[in-house]
Amino acid sequence: MYVAVKGGEQAILNSHKLVAEERRGDAAVPELTLNQIKEQMQLAVDRVMTEGSLYDRDLAALAIKQAQGDLVEAIFLLRAYRTTLTRFGETQPIDTAQMAVRRRVSAAYKDLPGGQILGPSYDYTHRLLDFALAAEEGVGEPEAAVADEAVDDSIPRVTDILNHEGLIEEELAFGDDGPVADLTREPMAFPAERDMRLQNLARGDEGFLLALGYSTQRGFGRNHPFAGEIRLGEVAVEFVPEELGFPIEIGEVTVTECQMINQFAGSAERPPQFTRGYGLAFGHCERKTMAMALVDRALRARELDESIEYPAQDEEFVLYHSDNVEASGFVQHLKLPHYVDFQSELQLIRSLRRRHDEDHREAAE
Amino acid sequence: MPQTDNQTAAAPGAGEGYNFAYLDEQTKRMIRRCILKAVAVPGYQVPFGGREMPLPYGWGTGGMQVTASIIGLDDTLKVIDQGADDTTNAVNIRRFFARTAQVGTTEVTEEASIIQTRHRVPEDPMTEDQILVYQVPQPEPLRTLEPREIECRKMHAYKEYGLMQVSLYEDIARFGEIATSYSYPVMVNERYLMSPTPIPKFDNPKMDDFPALQLFGAGREKRIYAIPPYTKVKSLDFDDHPFRVQQWEEDCALCGAEETFLDEVILDDSGGKMYVCSDSHFCGRRRAEGHVGQLPDTAAAAYAAAVGAQEAPDGDAAQAQGEGET
Repeated sequence: MYVAVKGGEQAILNSHKLVAEERRGDAAVPELTLNQIKEQMQLAVDRVMTEGSLYDRDLAALAIKQAQGDLVEAIFLLRAYRTTLTRFGETQPIDTAQMAVRRRVSAAYKDLPGGQILGPSYDYTHRLLDFALAAEEGVGEPEAAVADEAVDDSIPRVTDILNHEGLIEEELAFGDDGPVADLTREPMAFPAERDMRLQNLARGDEGFLLALGYSTQRGFGRNHPFAGEIRLGEVAVEFVPEELGFPIEIGEVTVTECQMINQFAGSAERPPQFTRGYGLAFGHCERKTMAMALVDRALRARELDESIEYPAQDEEFVLYHSDNVEASGFVQHLKLPHYVDFQSELQLIRSLRRRHDEDHREAAE
Repeated sequence: MPQTDNQTAAAPGAGEGYNFAYLDEQTKRMIRRCILKAVAVPGYQVPFGGREMPLPYGWGTGGMQVTASIIGLDDTLKVIDQGADDTTNAVNIRRFFARTAQVGTTEVTEEASIIQTRHRVPEDPMTEDQILVYQVPQPEPLRTLEPREIECRKMHAYKEYGLMQVSLYEDIARFGEIATSYSYPVMVNERYLMSPTPIPKFDNPKMDDFPALQLFGAGREKRIYAIPPYTKVKSLDFDDHPFRVQQWEEDCALCGAEETFLDEVILDDSGGKMYVCSDSHFCGRRRAEGHVGQLPDTAAAAYAAAVGAQEAPDGDAAQAQGEGET
């Protein structure tokens, strides 16, 4: 009987089994461990933590393994887990000036307090495939020499240095006591304030932000940016338990921060000065934070009274389309059956074609 | 309902350690408050703090959040997609609730207390004791005309729907008829323009004066809206171009129904096709009652056997062609 056609259930079960088999791959090859992913694919873990909005290297590694290395899928897995977690409260803002810096570069000054610290970077590698890495016996235990001189304990931010002269706008005064938007609890509302915007961009798809940031440089925007500073390192996370009333350190996180400095010709109210674009991500995500900073600055057009002419300046366009979990779901939902709507369209187009033919026949007569 | 009891497909650990119906109670309360507001202002899109669900956006996360917020142990759930209970996504969502809420599920329209649907309103009438939950991909009826949310909200606030009327008029001027066959816009309670979700316009008249509460959940866009029972719902039209629904020259080949929404099933590669009810439960019940379509029994049996053997959902051929944009 027609009604007895029940394919879906069994097909889904079988599909899951096929995924499990494919995920494992050739059984002769040892199975990947979470530690291997965590330790040897750190940058993938960093991206998944950043866009998954959850700082947990173990779970990110698990998500990457489960998703067979599909990072957008891994981000989705981590988000779906994160959404079920209990919220205990908000931490104090992290202070990146107190960061244990591992890398710090500024493109704005040749030398500056704290110095330029190249740190781990692919920037000056020659992109030649390193066949030594392909060797069966591995690369052993490479070790970087320790510098003679310790890095300064506290390295001032470039934007703070500029600020002494008043050449750059003040960091947006955002009331410390005010509630911070959380778009995972409240829907986005427009016009979006900077807290919501930065959260959206931090979670946003790296590829999307990269392309948008790039567009502002190529002429679809007037950003004139300088990489004021990029820094990577560990910062303490502090939390004020209600029963104590003072902040205690509950751990540390690795973050990448990018402060873009942009020209601003001034407006009726404001003198010409440099303006800021800001990027922050978990782990080591330089490409992401730089793109984020460019887009953040572009999206300040309304606030700075600049004309809004380009995609990257359009907050509804950028913020509504930056989330790869939303985008991936909606693009791929086209795989779901649409035959009721398609049937409706079939009927419509047949009717329109009939009318078209009749009109042409009349015209010919 | 035996197909809904199977839990072996569960990923390791999934379904354990989660709250009843997956969402935590605070989230459910928040969603219920939004639902109450939506019921109080029929057709108005209430923003809500949509959560990330373990299913992808665009696959019913809004409808699932609404269902999860209103479902209780006493409820019986039916899930349909394209009118059918056995399409993969419907199976998947029903399985999700059977697993996380341990509720009874059914395919019988009149037995269900909650029906979650994608793209159809059931053919059988519904009652005041039932709730119909729609999955909504795009809640904003004006979006195709005005991409900006800020502008759309203003237009709703001022009840400024001229743009939509002009768009429908342009269709008539160009094509001689309104070229919208699904997601056909409706006015709710003479106040808010509302997207009925991508149901075919065939189903629009059912929404009017409907005895059951109709709830709409859009997960990705984070909006909830509602039509309370017995609310006036009018499809937009013009005096000289009244609203009309689709009609078929054919009847259902299996059960002979004359006034249902029919799916076109491709039978061969030389243009052979037949039409069958999109509402699988409705069609099955009629056949059980002895109604017969024009398709000879042998052919119907052969078709069912062929489709069954492939373990594909009904209308698979049509589906392969039917991945239109919605």
